[in-house]
Amino acid sequence: MMHLLVVPFVLPLLLGAVLGWISDERIALQRLLCLAGSACLLLVALALLQQSASGVVSVYSLGNWQAPFGIVLVLDRLSSLLVLVTAVLALLVNCYAAGGDDQLGRNFHALFQFQLAGINGAFLTGDLFNLFVCFEILLIASYALLLHGQTTHRLHSALHYVILNLVGSVLFLLGAGLFYGVAGTLNMADLARFVAQAQGDQLILLQVAGWALLLVFGLKAAFLPLHFWLPRAYASAAAPVAALFAIMTKVGLYAILRMSSLLFAPDTEAGASMGLELLFVLGLLTMLLGALGAFAAGTLHAMLAYLVLVSVGMLLAAFTLMTEQALSVGLYYLLHSTLVIAGMFLLADLIARQRGKLRTILRSGRQIQNPNVLGALFFAGAIAVAGLPPFSGFLGKLGLLQAVSGASAWLLWPVVLLSGLVVILALSRAGSLLFWHASGSVEQATQSGRTGYVAAGLLLSSALLLVVFADPVLEFCLAAAQQLLQPQLYMQQLQGGW
Amino acid sequence: MELLLALAIGVLVFCGVYLILRARTFAVALGLTLFSYAINIFLFSMGRLKTGQPAVLADAASYTDPVPQALVLTAIVIGFAMTAFVLVLALRAYVMLGSDHVDGSESKAAREEA
Repeated sequence: MMHLLVVPFVLPLLLGAVLGWISDERIALQRLLCLAGSACLLLVALALLQQSASGVVSVYSLGNWQAPFGIVLVLDRLSSLLVLVTAVLALLVNCYAAGGDDQLGRNFHALFQFQLAGINGAFLTGDLFNLFVCFEILLIASYALLLHGQTTHRLHSALHYVILNLVGSVLFLLGAGLFYGVAGTLNMADLARFVAQAQGDQLILLQVAGWALLLVFGLKAAFLPLHFWLPRAYASAAAPVAALFAIMTKVGLYAILRMSSLLFAPDTEAGASMGLELLFVLGLLTMLLGALGAFAAGTLHAMLAYLVLVSVGMLLAAFTLMTEQALSVGLYYLLHSTLVIAGMFLLADLIARQRGKLRTILRSGRQIQNPNVLGALFFAGAIAVAGLPPFSGFLGKLGLLQAVSGASAWLLWPVVLLSGLVVILALSRAGSLLFWHASGSVEQATQSGRTGYVAAGLLLSSALLLVVFADPVLEFCLAAAQQLLQPQLYMQQLQGGW
Repeated sequence: MELLLALAIGVLVFCGVYLILRARTFAVALGLTLFSYAINIFLFSMGRLKTGQPAVLADAASYTDPVPQALVLTAIVIGFAMTAFVLVLALRAYVMLGSDHVDGSESKAAREEA
């Protein structure tokens, strides 16, 4: 079972390569392989979760080269949790895409698997340069996926997305190069050991490198000054792609969390003078901006894209507090926001298909074909996203509000509550326009299969499941947060190599 | 040699950033290329500058660091693929949108000027 750790990275990579060889005319075979691969991934992710639950940090040395000389994959509670969310999301999105969206363009399934390989690799790797490579894999797959089912609108937003991320990649190299130049290693645990002892000029150089990387991760996570690409890209992507992209901002957030807990922990000299408090304020501003954007959005897709920003802001604020409770609630909220927002993107597509030319433009139109099912799903999803009881968004928000104290509470409480209110207003306006302000005869609908409804429904039902099983989930999140706040556990992996 | 290399990197970054900020996709693609060249050289120099030294072999008292070379090689390959992708995308955008402006169409002011 030792090799299990490498499977989430290698399986999608190989499967993607195989799928690339199968012609698009044999779409049934492609779907079957892709679904089977995603199902396997889910099983492996569950096994890995089980493995990490004991609290042991497992290490897999590629090619059996010992850390810090070789490249390692590291599995702790945090990474296993994120791999599991990715697997769940991938399987359901895959089901949805198999309903016909995968035929809008070429090679959807192969690109999908490559993207999964990149995402899982980024979550599992314990090496800075390998993180860069995984980022590039997930990015190049995402460039092509964003263009899936080309429309001029998509082309336009893709161009911005690609150029911005290429600048980001160059900055990543700059940061990684500086780290190597100063510390002489790229293994993250080894780097952490070095940073803890660094003094004077070295420390400043390391902090500069850290900020270069933060800038790159911030671009992926899309918080305030770096968010410009997100609303347009997400709003114009095809539904399954937008749903899969719900995990992409989390890759950036994960990298920020990993770096700030391992290399620049607030109780060390390097972390204390790093100025990471700034990120807390940026997170809050992102939340406000996202809420305002959602309120002003002209289409349901744009509104959902801004809601992604709201969740990014909230997660960033939670992660930069760096307390056990805030981190654990943040992780819980991450699960919730990824799955629910992805569900909402799929749902928006189902609604769009029944509104003829209007698609998801927020204007009153003709009656849709099945307002009851879609309306109920939208209602439940909106409550979950806005953070009202009885769904998981409420638990996450409540937990975060309880987790802060002192000056940060004075900042956080008004922002969370205000943005929550604006989001409720925005969603209720959208809901009433889409379902109640409809008049006249029923709009001709393009047919969508039953799998689409099932996939969207299952993703949205995670809001309920996360409440029903809140106790074990929160317990695991708390354990993950505790592990994260003890970087020496992560650094133990080096002992074998020295 | 350090000064020369630092200047070269500086000039490349300057030109790269200037071109990235231009409004035409071709200039932006060139800018990205120059920028990534600069960073590749920077990455290379992170293994410290040495001339006439062997690679890591037995019994050498001093040797050149092989890791940055491996990193640069990877970065070049990835950068090459990405540049190719941007060029194809830019061409496609030019054909489909009828303009090589990065925003897909000229702004009003620019059109009036023309």
